[in-house]
Order: sequence, then structure tokens, then C-alpha cells
Amino acid sequence: MNRNKNAFFNGIRDGFPIALGYFAVAFSLGIVAKKAGLNPFQGFLSSMLNHASAGEYAEFTVIMANAPYFEMAFVILVTNIRYMLMSCALSQKFNSGTSLFHRFLVGFGITDEIFGISIGRCGALNPYYNYGAMAIALPGWSLGTALGIVAGNILPASLVSALSVALYGMFVAIITPVSKSNKIVGGVVIVSFLASFLVSRISLFSQMSDSMKISLLTILIAGLAAYFFPVKEEADEAQEVETHAKEAPKYDA
Amino acid sequence: MTHNIYLYIFVAAFVSCLIRVLPLTLIRGKIKNPFIRSFLYYVPYVTLAVMTFPAIVTAPQIPLAGILALIAGIVAAWKGINMIGIAVLCCVVVFICESAAAYIL
Repeated sequence: MNRNKNAFFNGIRDGFPIALGYFAVAFSLGIVAKKAGLNPFQGFLSSMLNHASAGEYAEFTVIMANAPYFEMAFVILVTNIRYMLMSCALSQKFNSGTSLFHRFLVGFGITDEIFGISIGRCGALNPYYNYGAMAIALPGWSLGTALGIVAGNILPASLVSALSVALYGMFVAIITPVSKSNKIVGGVVIVSFLASFLVSRISLFSQMSDSMKISLLTILIAGLAAYFFPVKEEADEAQEVETHAKEAPKYDA
Repeated sequence: MTHNIYLYIFVAAFVSCLIRVLPLTLIRGKIKNPFIRSFLYYVPYVTLAVMTFPAIVTAPQIPLAGILALIAGIVAAWKGINMIGIAVLCCVVVFICESAAAYIL
């Protein structure tokens, strides 16, 4: 019980900067939602239920185009397909006995950032950690969307600009320490940076949605890495213990 | 014909929920296949790296501010600074760069 409570509060703590970043980004998303004809409540609802920046942007463009419902289903499938990979990866962070209820709720709450911080946790994942992060991040996202619809762009551009990198800073915080201790992961990260940069520059891929690019690059690079540098089970566990030992004092303090 | 906005939202929510929930509920145990295990081990790092770069450079108004924020973030993470500290640092770097640029230009 106490463990769960602890995990929940750790989730809130780590979710707080995410919520701040979300709020600023969702604000600009709200401006798009308004153009698509959504009222603040509809924007709030959409963000609570779908909570994906690229996915919702695509959702609003479908609404704006007055396109058929199946097109909505297809567009969401394509723009959000990366969450399927994240969900697969998270399934391996769970104890196998975790109940369906917890699996459903944690799955529902997957966003790029919440996935990022849950993968950064050491050992098996406590669902209450995710609930804590969701409890603060999702309302931040949804209120930001609703306020964006109500108030348009009231935040100064310089502030939005500065807040927009908070999320990436958190990603860097997750991948850097592992890249430092594991040379193969480090190499994989550098290759990912370069490949992502190239794809963003090649006009052949300019029609492709960002989520599609992310998914394809992930499958390709992680697949090659798994083929050439399979992770040995013992090494996997040893590393977990190692990161655990290193990070434990910081997180449990 | 006009469509109902609530129905649109519901369709979008339903599909994204399925995408997120299905693997987590269907894959119940530890995967034994070494290739798939290794693949899933690398997935988060590749995904996060691909999402970070070059997006961190294009997100701020001035690309150089994003590059400096990225470098500052990597150095800080290398030195063992925690996640929130790094997030704040990146924001501050962009804010200072852009304020300075506005002052100079």
C-alpha cells in the first residue's frame, strides 16, 4: 500500500514538468481545434481521451475536412501507431501477474513522455507511478487545449518557444545515462539521430506523417540492432541491477 | 453530409485506445525469443532519440537555440543531473538564446 502511494507521488513529481510542457503545447493545439469548430468542452474531451499531439492535430484536420468516419479511424491508426510499439515495450516492464485492469489503465495513459519516464524507472513498473503521472499530465494537456480554444494565443511566443523543448530535455535525460554506460545503446542512439535527421531532409519522405517516420525508423533501427547485437539475458539483468544500484539513491530519497 | 463532432472524437479515442491497450493486455509474460527481446530492449531508446532529433532544433523559433539546448541537456545528463533539472535547463537555454538574439538583432 505504502509502496503504491510512494510510486503515485513519484509519478506526480515526474509528471509535473511534463504537465507544464503539455500545457504550452496543447495551447497551440487548441488554436487548431478552434479552427476545426470544436468548443472548449469538446477540445477538453478529445484531449482527455486521445491525448496525442500529432494524433490530435490529425484528428482536427479530419474534422475540418468533414471526412468520413473511417478516414478518422485510419488517420488515427497511422499517426498513433508508435504507441503500439511503446505498449509492447512496456509489457516487458510489468510483472507477469499484473491484472488486466492495471494493464488497461496504463495502456490508456501512454503518451510519448509518460512512456519515456516509465521506461526510465528501474526494475518492474508499478502502475501507480503511471497513474500519478497521468493524474497531473493529462489534465494539463486537456486544460491547455480547452484554454487554447477559449483564449487563442495569449502566452508570449518566447515562452511557448522555451517551454517547447522541455519534453525533449526529458528524453535526453533518459537516453544519455544508458548511452554512457552501454556503448551499444550509445551507438544506436547516434545512428537514430543521424537517420532521423536524414529522413527529415529527404523530400521523398515529406508526405509521410511524423508518427509514421518514427515508427518505421524505430522498427528498422531497433530491428538491425537486435539482429547484430542481441541482448544476452544475463547481461540484461546485470545491467538492470547496475542501473538500479546507481539510480536507487536518487529516486528513493 | 455533416458529421457529428462527438462521434468523430469517439472514433479517434476508440482507435487510439485500442492501439495503446492491445499489446499491453495481450502480451502477458516475459517474451522468450531472444530477437524480439533484444528488439524491444532497443525500441525505447531508438524511439526517444528519433523523436528528440531534429525536433528539438525545429521546435524553438531559432534553430541554434535548440542545438545549444540539446548540447546542454546531453552534458548535464552525462554529469548525472536529474530529469527535471535537465528539462528546466533546456528551457532556460532557449529562453536566454532567444532573448539575446532579439536584443542583438
